[in-house]
Amino acid sequence: MKPFAFLKIWRRNALVWRTHIAATLIGNLGQPLLFLLAMGYGLGHAVPAIDGLTYLQFLAPGLVASSVMYSAAFENTYGSYTRLSLQKTYEAILTTPMTMRDLALGEIAWGATKGLIAALIMLAALPLFGLWPSPWVIALLPILFIAGVFFAAFGLIMTALANDYEFFNYFISLVVTPLFLFSGIFFPLDTLSPTARLICEHLPLTPIVTLSRMFCYGRIEGPWLMKILGPLLLAVATVWLAIVLLRRRLIR
Amino acid sequence: MNPVAMPNHPAGPTAPLLAVSGLTKRFGNRTAVNAIDFSVAPGECVGFLGPNGAGKTTTINMLLGLVQKSAGAIRLFDLPVPQKLAAIKARIGVVPQADSLDPDLTVEQNLLLYASYYSIPRNVARERAAELLHFFALESRRGEVIGQLSGGQRRRLLLARALINEPQLLILDEPTIGLDPQARHLMWERLQALKAGGTTMLLTSHYLDEVARLSDQVLIIDHGRIVAQGEPRQLITDLVGIEVFEVEGTDAELDLLRRELAGCDAVSERVGGTLYIYAKKECDHLEALLKKSRGWLRRPANLEDLFIQLTGRSLRES
Repeated sequence: MKPFAFLKIWRRNALVWRTHIAATLIGNLGQPLLFLLAMGYGLGHAVPAIDGLTYLQFLAPGLVASSVMYSAAFENTYGSYTRLSLQKTYEAILTTPMTMRDLALGEIAWGATKGLIAALIMLAALPLFGLWPSPWVIALLPILFIAGVFFAAFGLIMTALANDYEFFNYFISLVVTPLFLFSGIFFPLDTLSPTARLICEHLPLTPIVTLSRMFCYGRIEGPWLMKILGPLLLAVATVWLAIVLLRRRLIR
Repeated sequence: MNPVAMPNHPAGPTAPLLAVSGLTKRFGNRTAVNAIDFSVAPGECVGFLGPNGAGKTTTINMLLGLVQKSAGAIRLFDLPVPQKLAAIKARIGVVPQADSLDPDLTVEQNLLLYASYYSIPRNVARERAAELLHFFALESRRGEVIGQLSGGQRRRLLLARALINEPQLLILDEPTIGLDPQARHLMWERLQALKAGGTTMLLTSHYLDEVARLSDQVLIIDHGRIVAQGEPRQLITDLVGIEVFEVEGTDAELDLLRRELAGCDAVSERVGGTLYIYAKKECDHLEALLKKSRGWLRRPANLEDLFIQLTGRSLRES
């Protein structure tokens, strides 16, 4: 077994991505940047400071985390499903010595990479809004990659279960959008009722948003290492399930 | 032949490249492939035929590990499937029925990418890609994106891609589907050249003239079982006959003709307004009878006659 053979699948996707780089960047980054503009600038003037941060400062790190989610989740649903069904890429790859595990890991690694690229561009754009991330942000990148792995693998699970593109509407409407709204990106969770707060704190994007805010401004506090453990275990479990379900889908 | 001079070595150089025994696949309570046995010798081209849904694709997918077998054994290069699949796949090339080229990449990128899946070193891959593009008359298209290629060029590229790892066995699933006659002839010419070079092939096709042209052996599968196997010319002669007469006429004329046929070694079949007469031997009597008919055609029996005879005329639409 060659443990890094999956990188060949990653390379294939990177090669294809390079051919239409502009369209995918605009598609993945347009939304978070527009949110930052509308809510941070527009709404921000009407909102008081939260934990010593202006609303724009409060909002930006969470939107960076959400861009990872959107990029990775879209890549491994719409993108992966196109390769699975329309382009028959998986079928072609599986007639070569590449294994199912290589295929699934390569797809997930690529989705997570796209998530990371989206986050990097968001971070690079923050100075345009007068926000300067602290050097600690370097330590945030591996955490964002872990989040990317989770959402990429979640997307690939959806792909393994899908029979058409419409199926992804469930995933986007019932998983991605609620996570975007209720993971503490737009409002601090401690303003919620204890029950609502408990639920929101256990959403998978919440610790990433919290860590993103900590590392963006270098305000490291609390059991931050513990907060990484949850997403890490979740990512490993989701990757495992994605491999199992993709195998079940492709090998009858 | 002296039997002492031809000792039987089961694992020697004449051992089959592919050996399938008792191979079975059940999907729920439907048996798609039912205990089939066959083998392919090195250098041979085997035509694998059957109506839609007969079990061809399921069988091929079992060879590739894309469908799990329910029972039976497959040995490729004397290695067991699916246990040694990675090693086996490194020595196989597959031309799929559906176009699975990477549409966003160029002709050369498609070949080099595929080579990377086989861990072929970059410089070797470049050399082979150049040779293959030359062999398949695609040199001038090297830097073009797949979307700009014609159907025939895409099919040739699919075949080139399947050869990038210099496979010992080439599996071809409908290699010329949808091609115009010029493009098909070019494909055939290239496949014949590969065959002459010693590449073993397993070919499925609905174009039976194609199979007859390329195959040394045919396997005909229907309802998951092999209904005939052997050398195509021999099978046609044994099971169909030497010649086929297609006679048109009214019901009365054809009925009369049919009765008068009794003296010939021939069988006949009425399909609509046409009587098909399959003659096992020359028959002067028949030729005399046909002088009276208005429209008739005489031709050698072919693989299509054999196929229809074994699998029937009813449509298979699954």
